[in-house]
Amino acid sequence: MIYFDNVSKLYNDGRSAALQEVTFQVAPREFVSVVGHSGAGKTTLLKMIIAEDKPSHGQVFFESLDIHRIPKSKLPNYRRKIGTVFQDFKLLQNKTAYENVAFAMEANGRSDAEIAENVPQALSLVDLEDKVWNFPHELSGGEKQRVAIARAIVNQPDIIIADEPTGNLDPIATYEVVQILRKINDLGTTVIMTTHNKGVIDEIERRVITMDGGRIVRDDATGKYVL
Amino acid sequence: MFTGLRRVVRAGFVGFWRSAYVSLAAIFILTVALFVIGATIFLQQLLDTSLQAIQNRVDINVYFVPTAPEEDIARLKLAVEALPEVESVVYTTKEEALALYRERNRDDEIAMQALEELDENPLGGNLAIQANETSQYEQVARFLDEQRAQEQPQTPVIDEINFARNKDSIDMLTSIINAVEQASLVVMSILLIAAVLITFNTIRLAIYTAREEISIMRLVGAGNMFIRGPFMLQGIMYGFISGVLTMLIFYPVLVWLGPMTESFFEFNLYTYYIQNFGYLFGVLVGTGVVLGFVSSTLAVARYLRT
Repeated sequence: MIYFDNVSKLYNDGRSAALQEVTFQVAPREFVSVVGHSGAGKTTLLKMIIAEDKPSHGQVFFESLDIHRIPKSKLPNYRRKIGTVFQDFKLLQNKTAYENVAFAMEANGRSDAEIAENVPQALSLVDLEDKVWNFPHELSGGEKQRVAIARAIVNQPDIIIADEPTGNLDPIATYEVVQILRKINDLGTTVIMTTHNKGVIDEIERRVITMDGGRIVRDDATGKYVL
Repeated sequence: MFTGLRRVVRAGFVGFWRSAYVSLAAIFILTVALFVIGATIFLQQLLDTSLQAIQNRVDINVYFVPTAPEEDIARLKLAVEALPEVESVVYTTKEEALALYRERNRDDEIAMQALEELDENPLGGNLAIQANETSQYEQVARFLDEQRAQEQPQTPVIDEINFARNKDSIDMLTSIINAVEQASLVVMSILLIAAVLITFNTIRLAIYTAREEISIMRLVGAGNMFIRGPFMLQGIMYGFISGVLTMLIFYPVLVWLGPMTESFFEFNLYTYYIQNFGYLFGVLVGTGVVLGFVSSTLAVARYLRT
């Protein structure tokens, strides 16, 4: 469903590269972890998928759609098919947990009835029924990330992109977040996650893509963290 | 469509309330700016009326000899009235002039006795001529001089034209009026531009604090109008509240200033405020709303461009 065709991203007139000749594909319902040191190109890879960054060479496809040929006016539509989760949560600070999740649905043009039904469901899936009306600054790191996950899944996207979702979390919160992502994957959503947490990778026991210097150096079906 | 509008409006109000400090700052600055604009309107009004009042006091007087025939005077009056520069001509007959003289010198025994000695009225009638602009008196005076030159020497009609006597003061007044009008235009333009720039920058700062939010909204897949809408609405709210606030602030200020302007400029600003309340309200609130709306639209556009 995601297909990278010989993608490179160059900076400084080609003297430094964030991605070099990256080719791989992700099938529906897969759970792919992308690992590598800082600067290996993991985040650039994800930015390509959500059309936040353009490749210098090569193409990225979402199903049969060339992502970087989508006109600007259609980008919001495209982004609604993808749920995103970030290391720094990226919650709207002056909205409550409920409103943060509801915002993604409002932006999507969903009806009030759907919002009233789906938002509590999404929040209960991440075990936050009791923090629905709290603002982000009243939540712990793990809780914030769970709100972000609820927001990412509430529109029932085809794919979840998670950039270091556990990077700012303690071990227990990390465990919870990974369990939630696995649960979402089990329910049928494709997940692409970057991480450099060895424990997380070893626990998931799914496909692992290892990157170094902008290149894919390993791609194991049920990988371990090897660097 | 309707749902989207409702959500934008709700988000606008909620955002206004939740970022109360930012909203307060924006309203405060906008109120100051609108106050400056309002004060400019009042000052302009004050200047206009006082300049008008001064201009109205300037006139040319044509004094006729006591023996001047009425028909000659009437002919001259008609001719003067026909001039395009002339606004009004007031004729004072010799009898009225005498009555006026008696009235003015009621307490002056000597003048009264001198008047009694004479069997006939020693005073002639006169015309008081007002031009539209002080600068036009020169032409009116030239016309009168020509008329006088055509008179038969044995039957004079015009005794004296007082323009030459008043010329210097009229010239000076003309240049002062021009200078004041120009200076006020420059000062007011500078004040207006400053007010607009300060407002624009304040709102830009207010939205700068929300740039992170805007980028998150885009990531979640919100369309441009859905992101921009609440900010535009907030800009309109800033403008509306500031406009109303400015009108409210002017009330006590003018209650206090009104009597002073009345006695000094013969123009009561408070009365002006009350009589033109609708107009002033429209101008200030309208300016505020437009300023707020345009500023916030431009400011958000910056973060939506990429």
